Amino acid sequence: MSAAESVLRVRDLDVRIPTPRGELHAVRGVNFDLRPGEVLGLVGESGSGKSVTLRALLGLHRKPVRVTGEVTYGGHNLVGMPERKLRDVRGAQISMIFQEPMTALNPVLTIGEQIRENLREHRGVTGRAALARATELLDLVGIPSAATRLADYPHQFSGGMRQRAMIAIALASEPRVLLADEPTTALDVTIQDQILRLLLRLREQLGMSVVLVTHDLGVVAQTCDRVAVMYAGRLVETAGVTDLFRQPRHAYTLGLLRSLPDAGAHRRPLRPITGSPPDLRDAPRGCAFFPRCAFGTDACLGAEPPLVPLSGERATACVHHAQLPAVGEVLV
Amino acid sequence: MTAVEGDALLDVRGLTKTFPAPQGLVDRWRGKPRKVVRALTDVDLTVRRGETLGIVGESGCGKSTLARCLVRLYPADRGSVRYAGEDVLSLGGDELRRYHRRVQMIFQDPFSSLNPRMTVGQVLREVLTVHRLRPREGMDARVTELLSLVGLPAEAAGRLPHEFSGGQRQRIGIARALALEPECIVADELVSALDVSVQAQVVNLLLELQEKLGLTVLFVAHDLRLVRHLSHRVAVMYLGRVVEVAPTNVLFERPAHPYTRALLAAAPHLDPAHRVDAPALSGELPSPLDVPSGCPFRTRCPHAFDRCVTERPELLDVGAGQQVACHLFDPAASAGGR
Repeated sequence: MSAAESVLRVRDLDVRIPTPRGELHAVRGVNFDLRPGEVLGLVGESGSGKSVTLRALLGLHRKPVRVTGEVTYGGHNLVGMPERKLRDVRGAQISMIFQEPMTALNPVLTIGEQIRENLREHRGVTGRAALARATELLDLVGIPSAATRLADYPHQFSGGMRQRAMIAIALASEPRVLLADEPTTALDVTIQDQILRLLLRLREQLGMSVVLVTHDLGVVAQTCDRVAVMYAGRLVETAGVTDLFRQPRHAYTLGLLRSLPDAGAHRRPLRPITGSPPDLRDAPRGCAFFPRCAFGTDACLGAEPPLVPLSGERATACVHHAQLPAVGEVLV
Repeated sequence: MTAVEGDALLDVRGLTKTFPAPQGLVDRWRGKPRKVVRALTDVDLTVRRGETLGIVGESGCGKSTLARCLVRLYPADRGSVRYAGEDVLSLGGDELRRYHRRVQMIFQDPFSSLNPRMTVGQVLREVLTVHRLRPREGMDARVTELLSLVGLPAEAAGRLPHEFSGGQRQRIGIARALALEPECIVADELVSALDVSVQAQVVNLLLELQEKLGLTVLFVAHDLRLVRHLSHRVAVMYLGRVVEVAPTNVLFERPAHPYTRALLAAAPHLDPAHRVDAPALSGELPSPLDVPSGCPFRTRCPHAFDRCVTERPELLDVGAGQQVACHLFDPAASAGGR
């Protein structure tokens, strides 16, 4: 699809974080397009740069963290945009929800006040209209007796309810894009199930696009339309969700799927990825996954392989993508 | 490997544990009675020698409290725990120390249970010293042996905990538990904090060690996929009660309790073609401060009827080694139906 149709266009995104032991190049040249109405999963393990990427989209990093590249929304580059102008976009047209609603919510304001604050700031709605809209929003996210719960403080809500409340606040501005950073990781599985279905329903009803950051491949399979897999600060594979699970085209994605227990192999050894991710203070030579890869050859050790398009709207940065076996196939 | 039928290593009967809930100053001054968290209520459970028993459930279900009561980290209010016939809850002094050698717990976050200023070698030597174990081959050789058992190099002994990755720290936690040559390991969310690729490494280690050392393992976790992979039998807990116990294949293929069914349906399936629009279960988990009367699950259960409000269902045998605490499965009553 052409970039003109995308809601959010990310090009050459780089994030550098200074640390006492040298600069951490946490996000290294990330490119993607977010399409209207889609749920795009940003998947990876800890330290892969998925949350750092998400925060960079909205300019949430503060100095001395350095963000470069382009995040184009509505014809403007959000990277380097003055804070005052950025506020018209952040929390208005692009909203964000976090893993820990308790730290993201203001503990001394009622849920109702926090929703109305957003309505006033970004929609110019106040007074009775705001109250009515706030009730409607809490109801929309599935909080029972919404009108009375508006007067509650965050601590009076359970974990699942807080996440619902945070979603209601994020939706108050009627955003076109919702950025969700591990929104269900801290929740129990039956509550996670409810919140994920809720996100999908709201996406449908409100026509939003969603970027969902998660480490849980089950959550990806159940929620996302398209997936971008991150490793060591780079996108290594993008694909439609069905294609990705059926036939991964990057050795890392394949390794991830294979390391999960398979229902048919009770108590048999799992197939882990050996070793651990690289330290991004030292730029890797060639493919960053090479030291842990079962398919690596000298061909992987030149310049770091770029993300190249394949047929069927997918892309991979794996030199050996054509030789990868299926997920279930046994390695010889 | 299958566990020997009927050979109970740990036998838990009517185990009950409550905690006083935190109370505000005003309520205390007014003399309001303190609320009580019902963490465990009349838990019956048998762990067989050599098996892996998975314990699953959501937060507040009491799975961690159960684990901690079994290793005597928490004193139980009521009930009994027998280990190879011996009454665990009344042990003291040297007897308790001996029990702790036989039953070891491994925690989710080994980093918080390791002294940051002690090298790994010192940590392991301390355990051996405290339990007055003087290995024949000498301390250093034993430390090296333990490290190699969990796949760490001998040099690891000279390093501090912060120098290791999450997966390696979990290996250190396992090595420390194994130092005492236990018969039984209680693993509370052993790999929950680890990334999947590393998780698989630790799972394999656990499988290998169990095979090699004949360990009995209590695997407490919320990850159903892992529990299914590792366990011979699985116990499902809800609000302080065991609601279902069954051999793993029976539990996952023919779950009986409505809660078990909902829990399995809610776990995100790895196949994108396998999507459902409606959530498996509506409603919130009740607070353990305010456990519903009768069946704890009745407030969210689609099949609840009058009897569920008034009478608590007992854990009953329904055949094939499956036990269920649900009135729907009580042959003595025909009311309700499915």
